[in-house]
Amino acid sequence: MAVKEENKEKGIISAINGPVIKGKNMTTFKMREMVTVGEQRLIGEVIVLEGDVGTIQVYEETEGLKTGEEITPTGRPLSLKLGPGMLKNMFDGIQRPLEKIQEISPIFIPEGIGLLSIDDKKLWPAVMTVKPGDVLLAGSIFGTVQETEVIQNRLLVPPTVSGTVIDVVPDGSYTIEDVLVTIRDAKNETHELKMAHEWPVRTPRPNAYRRETLVPLITGQRVIDIFFPIAKGGTAAIPGGFGTGKTMTQHQLAKWSDADIIVYIGCGERGNEMTEVIEDFPKLIDPRSGKSIMERTVLIANTSNMPVAAREASIYTGVTIAEYYRDMGYAVAMMADSTSRWAEALREISGRLEEMPAEEGYPAYLPSRIAEFYERAGSIETLGGDDGSITIIGAVSPAGGDFSEPVTENTKRFVNVFLALDKSLAYARHYPAINWLESYSGYIKILSDWYEDNVAEDCISLRNKMLELMYEENKLQEMVMLVGEDVLPDDQRWVLEIAKIIKVGYLQQNAYNKDDTYVPLEKQYAMLKAIEYLYERGREGLKLGIPTSRLKNVDIFSQFIKMKYTIPNDDLSGIDKLKDEIDQYFEVLFKKYEN
Amino acid sequence: MKKEYLQIDKVVGPLIQISDVDDVFYGEVVDIVEISTGKIKKGKVIKIEEKNVIIQVFQNTAGLAAGNSIIKFTGEAFNLPMSLDLQGRIFNGIGEPIDNGSDIFSLVEANINGRPINPMSREYPRNFIQTGISSIDTLATLIRGQKLPIFSGNGLPHNELAAQIVRQARLGDNADEEFGVVFAAIGVKHDDEKFFRKSFDEANVMDRVVMFVNYADDPIAERITTPRCALTAAEYLAFEKHMHILVVMTDITSYCEALREISSAREEVPSRKGYPGYMYSDLASLYERAGMLKDQVGSITFLPILTMPNDDITHPIPDLTGYITEGQIVLGRDLFQRSIYPPVAILPSLSRLMKDGVGEGFTRGDHAEVANQLFASYSKVQEVRDLSQIIGEEDLSQTDKKYMAFGRAFEAKFLNQGFDEGRNIIESLDLGWKLLALLPLTELDRLSPENIDKYFPKEA
Ligand SMILES: Nc1ncnc2c1ncn2[C@@H]1O[C@H](COP(=O)(O)OP(=O)(O)O)[C@@H](O)[C@H]1O
Ligand SMILES: [Mg+2]
Repeated sequence: MAVKEENKEKGIISAINGPVIKGKNMTTFKMREMVTVGEQRLIGEVIVLEGDVGTIQVYEETEGLKTGEEITPTGRPLSLKLGPGMLKNMFDGIQRPLEKIQEISPIFIPEGIGLLSIDDKKLWPAVMTVKPGDVLLAGSIFGTVQETEVIQNRLLVPPTVSGTVIDVVPDGSYTIEDVLVTIRDAKNETHELKMAHEWPVRTPRPNAYRRETLVPLITGQRVIDIFFPIAKGGTAAIPGGFGTGKTMTQHQLAKWSDADIIVYIGCGERGNEMTEVIEDFPKLIDPRSGKSIMERTVLIANTSNMPVAAREASIYTGVTIAEYYRDMGYAVAMMADSTSRWAEALREISGRLEEMPAEEGYPAYLPSRIAEFYERAGSIETLGGDDGSITIIGAVSPAGGDFSEPVTENTKRFVNVFLALDKSLAYARHYPAINWLESYSGYIKILSDWYEDNVAEDCISLRNKMLELMYEENKLQEMVMLVGEDVLPDDQRWVLEIAKIIKVGYLQQNAYNKDDTYVPLEKQYAMLKAIEYLYERGREGLKLGIPTSRLKNVDIFSQFIKMKYTIPNDDLSGIDKLKDEIDQYFEVLFKKYEN
Repeated sequence: MKKEYLQIDKVVGPLIQISDVDDVFYGEVVDIVEISTGKIKKGKVIKIEEKNVIIQVFQNTAGLAAGNSIIKFTGEAFNLPMSLDLQGRIFNGIGEPIDNGSDIFSLVEANINGRPINPMSREYPRNFIQTGISSIDTLATLIRGQKLPIFSGNGLPHNELAAQIVRQARLGDNADEEFGVVFAAIGVKHDDEKFFRKSFDEANVMDRVVMFVNYADDPIAERITTPRCALTAAEYLAFEKHMHILVVMTDITSYCEALREISSAREEVPSRKGYPGYMYSDLASLYERAGMLKDQVGSITFLPILTMPNDDITHPIPDLTGYITEGQIVLGRDLFQRSIYPPVAILPSLSRLMKDGVGEGFTRGDHAEVANQLFASYSKVQEVRDLSQIIGEEDLSQTDKKYMAFGRAFEAKFLNQGFDEGRNIIESLDLGWKLLALLPLTELDRLSPENIDKYFPKEA
């Protein structure tokens, strides 16, 4: 589909500097207007207007452009076509389907392919839920389309129009471009409603109001769900040097989170990682729907070798798609890997604009851009009166692995969960390498009711107790590094032993093991509770003067380390048996010491 | 006929500026002809501002001045002719033959910048390449189609290691699958280039090698094109001629320094340590050219070598590289100083692709567990060594003493191996088990009972 070109005056290219070009004769252009550039009709966006000179960031490779070539306005801002056909698909940073690009060019992505979007030929079976005379508010639902096996696309009235239905098509198969409903608004103007509507990526879609987030996003990952939970509608950052596990963690969340919809943005990262998703996701079964997890997933890929301006846009493309599904009343989780590449794209464009740099060359508006982005997360009531939410989880790639750099620091200010990945844990192959001392979740308080009602009365207090034990272990380790372990008193050595179980048996979670990759909350809780039980029984022994070396039964300890593998996710009776074994062992042992 | 220009306004390092230019395109190649000698230098348009054009010159700009050279715009992008005849030939950093052979003639030309591979068209690499080196095969497994750099330091034996890999690695599955090597030398010493040439000879692959060489005393702007020429050749051989290509490239550090020099000549705002903010994307435009394509034979396996300034892995060059490549093989100076070859520091080393390329059907069922256990145990060795520094080895606990012994044996027997020694993966894994048996079973918490039953060495 060619871009609709307005019959307006055209600009003339006057300067070219990588992805940033300048044009003259641009007085009639608008800020943030989408344009096409040059004979190849590269897609770009106006980012500065000064008098008749405009500056444009171009979303495609600019090699081959000449000064004097034309810049053509499109009369509208950079927008997405929102409709059925996004799930199960992968798009580039400006929502062009990579599958369609592949049909045009089988291996490499060429320039000048124009503005493609979701399939406008495909027929979708639509069920209409309104009749003539009904009043349709902005953002309400007028019909449904089964978009994939598990997701029903609720056809939305665009947030900008409302009115009384004057005409509706019968149920049947239609394309996204067919007019399904005609409404007449208060000014007596008619509007045609189709399956798809356009929305500018940089404008957040409106909602009725924001509400508090009271439900966790269950991820099946112990260190997250129990220790540092993320609320549905909340925000989280995963910072870490290269190789510490950002992408693996993001993939795990995309695979197993109990969100309705996943929007995964590969922003400036590896091509193979997106290929991996495309190859693996269709084979993985969502424990809740029993269908492939791909059925609920939208992928956005601007890999590190794709044009950098489109990287800047990819984040907005992703979040706009997330808002679209949120507005249908879904809980959406969005992963952006990595937000640092987006920030670097901002820096590169800013540099080419010769703007005054702030820290490390980043533009002064970096913090506000980060804030605006994370603010698009939230739990809301939709315009149509449903509950919807967007959870945003952003990976951060700090230069040199140093968290004091601008992107990490500023992200930290605007997110509520911080999952700090640690190089030394990764070196020791402790995965996920989430450092329990540096990480935090700001949602513990507001989620504690939920955990108490849905998991166990003492879930949060158990969590706090075990986390404190880990803090204590850290202090003790510092001492051990000075004097050796043998010198410590027995109660402290017991803490070290239990902490080791928590680290190896609990916090470490093997993404490649078919059972351990996703663990239901009941088992997560039961495992930790069992560890606490061992800890407390041991403390009774300590009071009797029993040394740690005797308390530590090799067989029981090794069962604890392996229980993640040996106790099936759906049958926790093994944990009770383990407790029985502890009791048996300790009773015999205690007897010896009691007299 | 394109216009020619005599006037050069300004020469800054490798850049020249000319004015009053019409009708040129961004990225256009120019010939700069020295009037007195007729010698041609090549350049490329890197910025156009109204009628002013900045050209990056790939050869030395010394001597260039207004009036002594003619600047001719060629109307072409930077293309190279592509043919199977590239093999066995040696070129400079802009793709001109330097081996006294004839020019390459071909109707097929390719732009050296390449284009991004559509992720839908890629095939996720999963095939194990045995290098015969225990540390790499077991712990940082090389996968066909992977980009796996060697992070080294000045004076460390990275060249030897790369040469050993070229000699010992088998790239193709079947005898009928062709393989080849593309070698790019960026800012290297003549000695280093000779070393590689000799080792290709010894490995009997010289007629399958395409070499692009930019010596340390060659112009720095040519360092920008050297890797691009090499990768363009690799893409042609792998994706059009369906060969398995191993690209060896050294030294990425010289490449990045050239990038920095040009950036500073352009007066761009620097980010860390003076390197340009776009260095990540620029390096990605090289590294991401490795890979495999769906439904077709052929692959580019990419082994870039870089020397870490001051052995600092957080320096922008290794840092940005590690963020793009699929892992890294890190060489350690302390191992080298203790005469361990190859001095692979396993803890910071990583192969991100090994997860899908090892195990039953690829290497052996216990591979992942053995690797995990070796990592975990050797990382514990580091802690115990730190402690023994303080309290003395004598006062370590019994278990810790065993860790000390394990650490020494691991380095001497597992890491250390001959430059000409190849061990197959089964030998390497068995060796791993033998060494792990030095530790108490209770410490081996990454091994499953089944694998312990099957592989744990039975006491004699
Ligand atoms: N949860 C995990 N389970 C098993 N292995 C992991 C896990 N997290 C990370 N890894 C290992 O670490 C490597 C690097 O992880 P990755 O997510 O790609 O790092 P990053 O994105 O931070 O650079 C992976 O290839 C994998 O081998
Ligand atoms: Mg990653």
